[in-house]
Amino acid sequence: MAAVEVADLHYTYPDGQAALAGVSFRVTQGERVALLGPNGAGKTTLAHHLNGIRRADRGVVTVGDLTLGDDTLDEIRKRVGLVFQNPDDQLFMPSVGEDVAFGPANLGWSGTELEDAVSGALRSVGAADLKSRVPHHLSGGERRRVSLATVLAMNPSILVLDEPTSGLDPAGRRELIGVLQSLDVAQLVITHDLYFALELCSRALIMDAGVIVADRRTADLLGDEQLLKRHRLELPYRT
Amino acid sequence: MGAGHAHTLYVHEHSPVHRLPPETKVLSAFLFVAVVAVTLREAIWAFGIYTAMEAALVLLSRVPVRFVLSRLIAIAPFVVFALFLPFIGVGKDIDVLGISLSSEGVWAMWNVLAKATLGATASILLAATTEIPEIVKGFGRLRVPAVITGIASFMIRYLEVIAGELSRMRTAMTARGYDPRWLFQARPIAASAGTLFVRSYERGERVYDAMLSRGYSGVMPALDTRSATRWEWLGSLAFPLLAAAVALVAVTTS
Repeated sequence: MAAVEVADLHYTYPDGQAALAGVSFRVTQGERVALLGPNGAGKTTLAHHLNGIRRADRGVVTVGDLTLGDDTLDEIRKRVGLVFQNPDDQLFMPSVGEDVAFGPANLGWSGTELEDAVSGALRSVGAADLKSRVPHHLSGGERRRVSLATVLAMNPSILVLDEPTSGLDPAGRRELIGVLQSLDVAQLVITHDLYFALELCSRALIMDAGVIVADRRTADLLGDEQLLKRHRLELPYRT
Repeated sequence: MGAGHAHTLYVHEHSPVHRLPPETKVLSAFLFVAVVAVTLREAIWAFGIYTAMEAALVLLSRVPVRFVLSRLIAIAPFVVFALFLPFIGVGKDIDVLGISLSSEGVWAMWNVLAKATLGATASILLAATTEIPEIVKGFGRLRVPAVITGIASFMIRYLEVIAGELSRMRTAMTARGYDPRWLFQARPIAASAGTLFVRSYERGERVYDAMLSRGYSGVMPALDTRSATRWEWLGSLAFPLLAAAVALVAVTTS
């Protein structure tokens, strides 16, 4: 069974700009897939469709055995852990502990069950000691890891990460790779950082102008210089 | 963005006052200020006792005296206003060093000075021993509606983010030679206020999306289940109760 499957997704913004023009792909359970593409390709819009923040004009999103619809919205938001591009949008509660508890508390968890979910999620991203800290006093790398913990606490079956390495220093990026590799959950990673994609994901998609234009093994895809160039991508140096 | 690890009103200490649950401190501070406000101004001795009580609290909470005094500067405008009262009061009936003053005005000055100082000190001590999110939590436990505490905590969370945005915008203006001195140069500032509003509005939408993504359904989850014990309430409320007793004696003996 696919962790997430998208079929022929179409979406047009209220101002008439088409963002998704027939997107189809699937991510199997436990798989890590990179989603590459130029600015404005529709990657973030696509991510927002995977847990129903935006609803498609046409097409189907399936998460596990559930098809996205009004009646499955709550369960799908539990299963799809969406981490936003800017941690300041992701972390809105007064303390890290409360922020991580927000999701599971909305699922109705309380008491020790809730505490275990919070401490477990923080531990899995190496941030157990940050629990009582204030989000805006964290470093960039800490914010990223705590953002990840806020969705891990809900025990999702797939993580959708929107540019997780933007604004991170090399050490923070390295720590994030370590954390993501240690998680046994399917991941769809939107990124412009091609080496990050190569290191983390065995498979990569390129999205451009609202459609998936390539779907291959990451190493093959990054070796195709013409393909990368056509879609405004390039490796930082050539060998 | 990562700078400034404690907010400026809080003093990090491990005193009994710091440890008291926030709701007891919020209520006690409010009651104390209310008692001070209704105390007869003629009972000068009562204000002496209040001052002694606050001094004892400063010692107990290990908040530096200098910290309290420097924060008291906030009431300077009231002090300046009060100092005028003896000169502008009706009926110049007393003579001090050759200047005729109104005794009613002197009493009014004393009233404003004493009560403003005591009240401000109480709030300074509350803020110095309780972190701001805790104060909001205290209001929540005192049954202040969740909408109000929710708005307050979002405001606190995003105030620094928005202030950071504003300061980056100002830096960007300065970097391009903007150096306002005159009123007619104020237009870019007004424009930046508009930009800031739109950005904050958009951020609000993104934060709401992030909340929806984690199962938000219109009600903030109840994460806060701890409440103060009877002893903690008693220890905290002893402070305004003692003040109330003093005020009562002042009324009955006047």
